[in-house]
Order: sequence, then C-alpha cells, then structure tokens
Amino acid sequence: MIELVQFGFMQRALIAALLVGLAAPAIGTFMVQRRLALLGDGIGHVALTGVALGFLTGTTPVLTAVVVAALGAVAIELVRERGRTSGDVALALLFYGGIAGGVLLISLAPGGSNSTLMSYLFGSISSVSVEDVWVIALLAVAVLGVVILFGRELYVLCQDEEVARAAGLPVRFLSLLIAVTAALTVVIAMRVVGLLLVSALMVVPVATGQQLARSFRGTMLLSMLFGVIATVGGLGSSFYVKVPPGAIIVVVALGGFVLALGLGRFVRRSRPQESIP
Amino acid sequence: MTSNQAVFTMSGGQVNLDRRPVLRGIDLTIRPGEVVTVLGANGSGKSTLIRALLGLTPMSAGTTLLYGTPPARFRQWWRIGYVPQRLSVGGGVPTTIREVVASGRISRQRRLRPAGAADRAATARALTAVGLAHRAGDPVQALSGGQQQRVLIARALAGEPDTFVMDEPTAGVDAASQRLLADTLAGLVERGKTVLLVAHELGPLEPLVTRAVVLRDGFVCHDGPPPPAVGTHALPGHDHVHPHADEKPLSPLSPLDWRPTP
Repeated sequence: MIELVQFGFMQRALIAALLVGLAAPAIGTFMVQRRLALLGDGIGHVALTGVALGFLTGTTPVLTAVVVAALGAVAIELVRERGRTSGDVALALLFYGGIAGGVLLISLAPGGSNSTLMSYLFGSISSVSVEDVWVIALLAVAVLGVVILFGRELYVLCQDEEVARAAGLPVRFLSLLIAVTAALTVVIAMRVVGLLLVSALMVVPVATGQQLARSFRGTMLLSMLFGVIATVGGLGSSFYVKVPPGAIIVVVALGGFVLALGLGRFVRRSRPQESIP
Repeated sequence: MTSNQAVFTMSGGQVNLDRRPVLRGIDLTIRPGEVVTVLGANGSGKSTLIRALLGLTPMSAGTTLLYGTPPARFRQWWRIGYVPQRLSVGGGVPTTIREVVASGRISRQRRLRPAGAADRAATARALTAVGLAHRAGDPVQALSGGQQQRVLIARALAGEPDTFVMDEPTAGVDAASQRLLADTLAGLVERGKTVLLVAHELGPLEPLVTRAVVLRDGFVCHDGPPPPAVGTHALPGHDHVHPHADEKPLSPLSPLDWRPTP
C-alpha cells in the first residue's frame, strides 16, 4: 500500500477520491429522501455539454462544466416545480439533450472527437492535475458547507415540502440549493468516476447506509464512510489490478450495498421489538 | 397588532384545482382561542380550505390573511403548527422519532446556531405529551399509522405555536391514539391555543370543539355549534377511513349530509 502514495499522480488521485467519497453521499442523502436519486444522472449528462463547450471555446472544461451543470440543475428544478411535466420526463429530456449537445459540440471543436469525451464520461483519475485537486477541494468544501449550514432546513424540506412551506422556509431557494449543490458534486466526481457513473456515488452509499442506520444523521454519516471506502478502496485496487478506477469504485460500492442488505436484515431481526402502550 | 387579531380571515375565497372550482366564495374568520372543525363529505373542499388558509394552495379569487398578513408576506410562521394528514415517507431514508419531532422547532431556530437547551426541552415535552418519549430513538418507518400521527402532532407541539392546523388527525387512527389526541387537545385548549382541524367525524374530540364549519360543494353550508353525528357515524367504534379524501364522491348520497342547524 505504501508504494501507492509514492507516485505524485496517485497522491492527487487519492485526495480527489477522498473528497468525492465524502461530498457525494452527503448531498446524496437529501436527494434520495427527496426522490431525486436520478437528478445526479441528469446533471451528469448535461455536464457533458459543458465539457464539450470548454473544448470548443478553449476554456477549462471543468469550469464550463460547472456552469452548464448548474444551469441544467436549475432548469430541472424549475420544470419539476411547475409540476405539469413529471420529474422523470424532465430528467429524460435532459439526459438526451445533454449527450447529444456534448457530442455535437465536441465534433465542432478544433481537434476534438468523441474520444476526447471518453475521459470525462468514464473518469481519468490518474490525469488529475494539482489545479484540479484545488478545484475539487474548493467544491467539496462548498458542498459540505451547504450540508452543515442548511442541513436542518433541507431535512424539513426533504421530509415534507408542504410542512416546510408552512414553517416559513424558503422552499424554492432550498430546492435550487439542492440542485446546484448536486451539480457541483457531479463536476467534482466527474474526474474520479466519470459522468456516467457520478450518480452512483450519490445514491449507492446512501442506499447502503439506509440498510443499517436508524436515523437520518446516522444514514448520512454511514453513507459518507461507505463513500470513502468505495472511492479510496476502489482507486487503490485499480492501481494493482489495472482496471478503470471509476468502474471498480462503483463495483466496490455496490458490493458494500449487497453486504449491508444481508447485514441489515440480520440486525433488524435481532433487535428487540418494543410495543407501544 | 392587538391580542384579539383574527388568526385566519378569508373573504370570497375561491380555489380551482385543474380548472374545477373546489372552493367557491368562502368567508371565514377564526379568532384566537377558538376550536374549529371543518367537516364535510369527500371532495367538499375541506383540505383545500385549510391549505388555502395557510397559503399552500393559490387562490383564484378572494383574499386570505394570517394574523392580518397575506401568507406570502407572513413572517411569524412559528405561530402556526401544521399537522399534515400523514407522515410522508419520501425516499425512505430512515429517521428517528426524535429527529422528526425536533424538526418542529425549525421556524424558531436561526441558521448557523446549533439547537439549544430550549429546543431540546420543547422536543422532550412534545415527545412525552404524545407518549413516545421511550421510543424517541426508533425509526418512524417502524410505527403504525396512529403512532405516526402522534409523531406529527408532537412535531407541531415542539414548535410551541399559538395556532394548530390539523388535516384529519383522526383518520385511520386507533382508538387509543384518538383518546390521546383528545387529551392533548384539551391541554392546548386550556392554555388558550387556537385549533383548526379537518375531520370526518369528531369522536372523542366532540366536547372540545366550539364551532363547526361544514362544507358542501365548495360552499359553507353550516357555521356554528357542531352538528351531532348521524347514522353509522354515531356508532361507537366506527372506524371511518377515506383513502381518497380529495376525490369527489361517486354517489350523490353523501354520508355527511347535514342540514344546517337553525
């Protein structure tokens, strides 16, 4: 394990993996509770257009991805709020639009081709630069800051939107906050697992935590733990087995979920059943 | 603001849902200390009325005021405790009874400031009031419908509001939970709180209610002392459950077809 951290690229990759493993499940817990588990996928597809736009205009793709992903997230939220189009149809529209836009724009970019997009679609953690690490660290702090600062209000919103409204909470602002935070998370995770697998890190560790925890807070903390185990563990093993890190990270996360599924059933059965007077 | 400021004032309130009129011209004033029940058949607009009073449903005509202020500009939300019809499960992330009840403090809390001793004390009192203190660490998902209803009431209690707005707190709730609700309400009434609740039948709540507003087809058809329950509704142990409370009844014979009392 020691030889791992001797390589500069591996150090940077490990830091990125650790931050993604913490940030993605933290906001993911709120998204799962709000039935927005697929929001990350929608944003991921839109972010591809952002990446291509970066190549076309000669801007850093991560920056254009942040902007386009955030705009896409706001669009999804506004469509959802209008309520006439159901959330999944709104997401589907963005899935197709995002991929088509990305492929279209990248082919217009000088020297760009679909293979340029591949490293963003499936991640290329070994090519993470020092600047990338800083951008990722900054975004991760922003995501965790949102969770710490607004967690209490987001909890009420995700529990019951009407109750949040009747408590005087700024429901629209908080909804947009979740969407934009999800967009930031997608861009952080893009380099680690790739846009197509981003959502897995927001959903799978949460689903794992759900099996074992009794409280919302417990689910979130457990899911962050599982997130870090998956990203760091997956990345570490990819160094030895020579497989794409993104894929093995998701496979590790899914393996954890299957284990927790069995364990959770066992834990619940051995728990004494109390009766209410 | 005077102490006798009306809690809710609706004049000419109209609400359309899917271009179908649900409320058609409601005039209603509820004053502090009143215990008002909104009664009516399925589809008569009961839930819509209380949602409109809280500003949760936009009105197509008329005005409504919360403590003298339109809902959009109302800022004293800690004065209102809203109890929805059922606990929403959302994406199924587990959450404990204590977490749900403590979240009732939200409109009294400030961002960045962690929960204080007052918050914890109010949460503990609310849990005790509904008899769930010993199970505070259990996930709400494991509770029965009646127990979940108690959690929702405890959440409103924790916020220590002046006015409670409850959407069918008795629907599908076991007899023990109904009695507990009645006792809790009696305590609130004693302390001069205002209560507005939607109900199909009052059961053990009947002696507490000071006024009944009966809706029929979006109109107020009775406003005064609560009418006595009739037919099978009056039988003890009658468990009245309407899973589709917002649907229009298919039969013209409504089970709550009261005549206004003279």
